[in-house]
Amino acid sequence: MNPTEFILTIEDLTVSFDGFKAVDNLNLYIENNELRVVIGPNGAGKTTLLDLICGKTKATSGSIKFKNTELTRLAEHQIVRTGVGRKFQTPSIYENLTVYQNLEVSYPEGRSVLGSLFFNTTHAVQARVHSIAEEIFLIEQLNLQAALLSHGQKQWLEIGMLLMQDPELLMLDEPVAGMSAKERDLTADLLNRICKNRSVLVIEHDMEFVKKIAHKVTVLHQGKILAEGSMEKIQSNETVIDVYLGH
Amino acid sequence: MFGYTVEEVGNIMVMQGFSGLSLFSVLLLMALGLAIIFGQMGVINMAHGEFMTVGAYTTVFLSKLAVEYDIVKSYFVFAIIAAFIIAFVLGYLIEYMMIRHLYKRPLDTLLATWGLSLVMQQVFRSTFGAKEVSAELPEWLLGSFQPTEGIDIPINGVFVMALALIVTVSVYLYMFRSRGGLRVRATMQNRVMAGAVGINTKQVDRVTFALGCGIAGVAGAAFTTIASTGPTTGSLYIVDSFMVVVFGGAASLMGTIASAFGIAQAQSILQFFMTSSMGKVATLMTIVIILMMRPEGLFAAKVRK
Amino acid sequence: MNALSEKLLGGKQGAIHLAILAVLLLVILPLCLDLFRLGLVGKYVTYAFVAISLVLLWGNGGVLSLGQGMFFGLGGYCMAMFLKLEASDPISTKIQTTPGIPDFMDWNQIVELPWFWEPFKSLPLTLLLVLGVPVLLAFIIGMAMFTRRVGGVYFSIITQAIALILSILIVGQQGYTGGVNGITDLKTLSGWDIRTDSAKYWLYFVNASLLILCIMLSRFILTSKFGMLLLAMRDKEERVRFSGYDVASFKIFIFCVAAMISAVGGAMFTLQIGFMSPSFVGIVPSIEMVIFAAVGGRISLIGAVYGTLLVNFGKTMFSETYPELWLFLMGGLFIAVVMFFPEGLAGLYEKYAPYFSITSLHTRWLKKVQKVSGES
Repeated sequence: MNPTEFILTIEDLTVSFDGFKAVDNLNLYIENNELRVVIGPNGAGKTTLLDLICGKTKATSGSIKFKNTELTRLAEHQIVRTGVGRKFQTPSIYENLTVYQNLEVSYPEGRSVLGSLFFNTTHAVQARVHSIAEEIFLIEQLNLQAALLSHGQKQWLEIGMLLMQDPELLMLDEPVAGMSAKERDLTADLLNRICKNRSVLVIEHDMEFVKKIAHKVTVLHQGKILAEGSMEKIQSNETVIDVYLGH
Repeated sequence: MFGYTVEEVGNIMVMQGFSGLSLFSVLLLMALGLAIIFGQMGVINMAHGEFMTVGAYTTVFLSKLAVEYDIVKSYFVFAIIAAFIIAFVLGYLIEYMMIRHLYKRPLDTLLATWGLSLVMQQVFRSTFGAKEVSAELPEWLLGSFQPTEGIDIPINGVFVMALALIVTVSVYLYMFRSRGGLRVRATMQNRVMAGAVGINTKQVDRVTFALGCGIAGVAGAAFTTIASTGPTTGSLYIVDSFMVVVFGGAASLMGTIASAFGIAQAQSILQFFMTSSMGKVATLMTIVIILMMRPEGLFAAKVRK
Repeated sequence: MNALSEKLLGGKQGAIHLAILAVLLLVILPLCLDLFRLGLVGKYVTYAFVAISLVLLWGNGGVLSLGQGMFFGLGGYCMAMFLKLEASDPISTKIQTTPGIPDFMDWNQIVELPWFWEPFKSLPLTLLLVLGVPVLLAFIIGMAMFTRRVGGVYFSIITQAIALILSILIVGQQGYTGGVNGITDLKTLSGWDIRTDSAKYWLYFVNASLLILCIMLSRFILTSKFGMLLLAMRDKEERVRFSGYDVASFKIFIFCVAAMISAVGGAMFTLQIGFMSPSFVGIVPSIEMVIFAAVGGRISLIGAVYGTLLVNFGKTMFSETYPELWLFLMGGLFIAVVMFFPEGLAGLYEKYAPYFSITSLHTRWLKKVQKVSGES
């Protein structure tokens, strides 16, 4: 296949911490409008993989190409500006600001020092905040201080903050952790909606949830890819059952 | 070089080196306490210098008693222990009354302990007077010996260094070879988990903080052998001690020793060739520039976050 | 009210608070106080510049600089160097070995004006350097620290060390800097005698007006998206970075602005008090100015001004009558504010002001009346 068809192309990616290889010679390809789920036991290198893509951790060797841009050499904010958004494992929101402000501050304009000083909240910005808030089920809570949201709502808010930036690749680290069953269903719908015009990369442990959203599943183990394919294929894979899913 | 012969320069280096060693010993003792409090607990104790002053005044006070009861020869060992205990108890109380309420606000701890240092300085001034006082030293601490012609090595310097080494080794053994030290490290690395396995983490905090203060007290006792004590003595050392800890990499014992050595030696040798203030400026400036290039300090491992 | 004035004044509430402060500083105090007391207020107001710079940097940005005194001092020194050169013309210094250079240089056997004093012969250049030197230093420190993500207590300790270095340097190089006494005996500014009563009034008003201007500038920054980002960074720096913002450049900018505001205060100090000395550069003044901001309320610009005035009045009163008690009080203030009133005066005001507002007094009075009438 022609590599330009992929939105994200990871080749020979390795990172080592004092000799310990958290990600080891990894190859991963993600297509346009694909929703990929990465699963694997603890310490498999899932979060490290996201850290590498968004620049939080620098790769020891290998390449990460996003739409023909090499990401390994860019600073974090530059990576975001190419169109990569990332949600952290524990919800990372601005607790002292309101829901509205959390979303507004994530709007991808006025990103330089001077730009932010002279940034005006236009009607377009307000409309966007409202439409995103609707999407993430927080329209009623717009003026609430973010610290007062429930854990699940905080997760949604962080996803909403990413949607404000309209990224082409959205990476979510355990988006349904700490959510009730109903919230999980809503989140699954949300993810299925938002992957219509962008690619989404999700790390998740909850297999029921993974079944609902995954186009394709990648299993990581000890920094390497153990298996890759559709959910059914993965669930019947003997090695995956041995190291991760269990009998 | 600067109009000295090679041999003279050599002798100067050795003698300044030894005077540097006294400074090194005091800095090391101060920094050890800070390394425990800051490196392990992440607490900035701006009053650390005042705990050293507490130790110094304790020693001075005991020396006056010793003169009265004519036990000048042997009191010094007790003075060191007393300095430790008093600073330890004071630290324990301060942790209980103040520090424990501020663990989540490191910058505020810094300000509150600065306030504490002002109060303590004023207490010293009101109790002992603004004038500097010095301890009556036993005779065996005075004088110097001459290994070769042209080199004088003061005995008090050697004594202070020996004391610093003993304390360093004890701290190492406590922190890395004892159950108590294990509890401290466990608590600082994962407070919730340590609590869950039955460690009284609040007690650990209190003892750890007090221990750091106690060691500062010992530094004060050591200090009395090389200089006289005034209300602001400790505050003169606080920035240097912080520099030692940060420069060495906050959590590394080896780093603390190495950087205390480097900073003390650089200051004391540079002070001979420049003016004393310029020697200090040059040393501090070098550290700041190095820290700007390598903020994690000299000894720090790359870790997986 | 259009958008810009809204931003400068901080909405209706902000405009009222700012107007009250302006009236107090520009009308009430000059009418009530004699020139000596007014001079004291003027001195405190110069410290208030540093306090509001800390509100920007520490209260809103979460970055505690323990070296703001050095920017205050540098601004003051730049101004003092100009005034000193003017006071050292060859005629009035003709008894010196080398006439035409500042007296302390002559005492230190320096026979030629050092090169870095040359620019201070010109007033426009001096005014530029008053702001430029501190901002440049802040930029260098900020570049080095923030791009390497040094923050929190490390930043505080390192800025403190730099302040210490600068103060030792100034004291140690007395031939070039006037040493521990500082630069004294300043007389005229471009021929205008700054020691007369009318000059003192003028300088007081210029000073207070500049403070109001700086507050408006800070308001503008804090009410913009920049201000919201500062709060966001204080909260979750990583999240801001991974939302596409270059966190370091924002911090460098606010550090430079804070340095500039402090420097204005320093320059005004020199003009009003007539000297500058290293005692305003080192560790102690730098950290004292933090407590001014903390007492006022670390996130409130106006609160910081009142905090500064209050602490300094207290200091003057106490050190006149009970000098030995002052350190206890100052230390106690540090501890008490941090432990019990982290929001400072502004926090107390926000908490209790609604209780004393006209409307709430009215409703409570109504309730009381109803209760009384219900009982009878």
